[in-house]
Amino acid sequence: MERHLKHFCYVMGENPVTVFAFSLFALIVFFALFGPWIAPYDPLATNVANALQSPSWHHLFGTDQLGRDVFSRVIAATRLDLGIATSAVALSFLFGCALGCSAGFWGGWIDRLIGRFSDTIMAFPLFVLAMGIVAAMGNTVENIIYATAIINLPFYARVARAETSVRRQAGYVHAARLCGSGNIRILATQIFPNILPPMMVQVSLNMGWAILNAAGLSFIGLGVRPPDAEWGIMVAEGANYIISGEWWLAIFPGLALMLAVFCFNLLGDGLRDLVDPQRRT
Amino acid sequence: MNPAPFLDIKQLSVEFQTRNGVIRAIEDVTLQLAKGEVLGIVGESGSGKSVTAYSVIGLLDNAGSPVSGSATFDGIPVTGASESTLRDLRGREISMIFQNPRAALNPIRPVGLQIQDVLLRHGLAAPQTAKAKAIEMLGKVKIVNPERRFGSYPYELSGGMCQRVGIAIALSCDPRLLIADEPTTGLDVTTQKATMDLIRALTEERHMAVVLITHDLGMAAKYCDRVVVMEKGRVVETARIEALFSDPQHSYTKKLIAASPGPCSTLAELAPGDEARSFSSVAPSSHSEETAVGRKNVLEVVSLVKEFPLPRTIGSLLPWTRNSEEASTFRAVDDISFELKRGESLGLVGESGCGKSTTSTIITRLMDPTSGDVIFDGQNITTYPAETFAQRPERQKIQMVFQDPTDCLNPRYSAHDCIAEPLKRLRGLRNRSEIRSKVETLAKRVGLPVDLLDRFPHQLSGGQKARVGIARAIAVDPLLLVLDEPTSALDVSVQAVVLQLLDRLKREFGMSYIFVSHDLNVVRLLCERVIVMDRGRIVESGLAEDVFRRPSDPYTQRLIEAIPHFEPIGSGRPEAEG
Repeated sequence: MERHLKHFCYVMGENPVTVFAFSLFALIVFFALFGPWIAPYDPLATNVANALQSPSWHHLFGTDQLGRDVFSRVIAATRLDLGIATSAVALSFLFGCALGCSAGFWGGWIDRLIGRFSDTIMAFPLFVLAMGIVAAMGNTVENIIYATAIINLPFYARVARAETSVRRQAGYVHAARLCGSGNIRILATQIFPNILPPMMVQVSLNMGWAILNAAGLSFIGLGVRPPDAEWGIMVAEGANYIISGEWWLAIFPGLALMLAVFCFNLLGDGLRDLVDPQRRT
Repeated sequence: MNPAPFLDIKQLSVEFQTRNGVIRAIEDVTLQLAKGEVLGIVGESGSGKSVTAYSVIGLLDNAGSPVSGSATFDGIPVTGASESTLRDLRGREISMIFQNPRAALNPIRPVGLQIQDVLLRHGLAAPQTAKAKAIEMLGKVKIVNPERRFGSYPYELSGGMCQRVGIAIALSCDPRLLIADEPTTGLDVTTQKATMDLIRALTEERHMAVVLITHDLGMAAKYCDRVVVMEKGRVVETARIEALFSDPQHSYTKKLIAASPGPCSTLAELAPGDEARSFSSVAPSSHSEETAVGRKNVLEVVSLVKEFPLPRTIGSLLPWTRNSEEASTFRAVDDISFELKRGESLGLVGESGCGKSTTSTIITRLMDPTSGDVIFDGQNITTYPAETFAQRPERQKIQMVFQDPTDCLNPRYSAHDCIAEPLKRLRGLRNRSEIRSKVETLAKRVGLPVDLLDRFPHQLSGGQKARVGIARAIAVDPLLLVLDEPTSALDVSVQAVVLQLLDRLKREFGMSYIFVSHDLNVVRLLCERVIVMDRGRIVESGLAEDVFRRPSDPYTQRLIEAIPHFEPIGSGRPEAEG
């Protein structure tokens, strides 16, 4: 444990950008977990008398057209957005790895089948495909998760396939076979742990996309429904008020969205360094 | 004679900044090189021989920098010189041949253009004449049909041809100093001889100074005038080649010379040091008294054939151009048969592509043969497909030690986990403390310090990794151990110790070995019988001594002649004068 901590500190010390990304990530996770207790107001409580106040010490980010506190809503939305992104990425990571590893390991018709399947998904404009899936399956948060998972699946499958096929003929795979391991065990214990570093980068990049995707779907009115606090809806609702000068309605949730995506993109490098055994000493 | 030496390195020290603090790679290295001289830098991996050469040409890693001392090339100081000065020196004045020819060439650019690039960069050819000059260079390094090869990509050429292209690039600007960093590792012995002869011919013709970095004393003896021996970043001995082998001064040099297997050395002579002491009571293996007659066959290979499909060209897809079926497959192993007695060791010798690795992979049942049988311990094991052989009880009986000790260990498993793997899977051991004690016994048996067991492969040295590989292979007491070039990635002194270890294990546990190697000298030390393979066929087989002393097949003769030797006493390079 101490060794892991030391390694973590080393990776952090080597790259200040990673420190920044990890702190930002910690902040986002903190808001997601403890948002309801931190938020100064109830994110859903309306107070029409107090509507469209500009940012002040009472309302850091101002209030919206129904008098709800924008700051509280931005914080409350973190949990929903992060939740959607995490579940979607976890799903596509799981299935993408399974499909990609089988394709890379066995090759032949399995490879061709899975390859064409992911090509088919990628042939559609991904956002339009996600819209179609949510529209067809119904307007719920779960369906946003499924849609986001499906459109990201091919990326995981491809990375996993490439990394697996490189390692399929590695000496330690042959050695494991000599030690009496069957194919499934080799995949699970020998190959999968070794393809984790590149997959981690993919996960981190994908988290950003998944958040954007969820927000984008909500922005056009699919998925999360008002009055739930969600960055995409808040931007969509706030966009109407920008012309009349109430810029804070759209800017702050937009900023939160941007910071989250930015954070996950920076996180990739640091994560890879953490899970790469070559850098452990 | 020139009063000032051509290349003069004075008390040069280089340090590297790493995560674990500053590491001094070379310390107080002093060496001189005269014009037209061939200087060998000999040492084992990590001795700092490459760092010395790289600091001369200014190609050190960002983390490394010379901290004291100086290097001057023909009066020009190169340590601390500006990047632009160095860039002009590199290529035109000092040139380099790299260790891995394939990695040193740009894979997506035709080789001819790569030579042309160098010529144009240094202004030695006009754009109109560059192509002709590049073709001329390809011809000079004896590439057949240089006009056609001009447009070839590196992947279309063999390793030896890639290295020739590397030489052509290095020599295209007529440099005055050539640094060759292990130019023939990874090449077959006959290719090695051809490559080195070519380098010698071309450099002698141009009166070029050469620094040859090598771990192979035999090669240094054959191609160098003077040798610098390095150990742990320091120069321990500098001597003319004849003096070095007849009268080595430093103990490290003596150890190195002793560890290099020559045509008449025996296993016990190789490393009289550490390992030998532990089993000196056991007499050195004498093959003659242990006659294999009457012992039971442990393995019989009967007319084994393996064919691989050739990648189809566009032409062969058209029905009217498709000729016979034979043209679409490649026979890697072509009808070979042999047998192996219990406790016997058999050498399988040949150059790369001769089918020896394919044969060993089929015997270990990692691959299915096209036809033929492998009868192991009275049972035809080819009837079980390779896919499911891992679940058969016979799996325990045939184990393998792999060529590359790094590649064969899972980077995420500690040494302990690697050795424990067959115990868990094949023996079904579950109790952790039982596994731990068994692994520790195995580690002791192969001479691996027990406190290293919790390290990961990248924290172990090459020799230690090789021991982990051997411990894993003998963990389940196999009857037959297939050794696929187990020492080719190791330093000579480590190789000597590993060979002795293998010999001791064989005598203690009565295992049979199939020893796959390209190095006849090494095979002779460990094996009673040897099989020489060429292009998938057995060209010669017999007792190791007989094949080695009186090879009957011309291919075997060429193979033996190509091994560079040094004679411990007397003049070291009879060929060089001739």
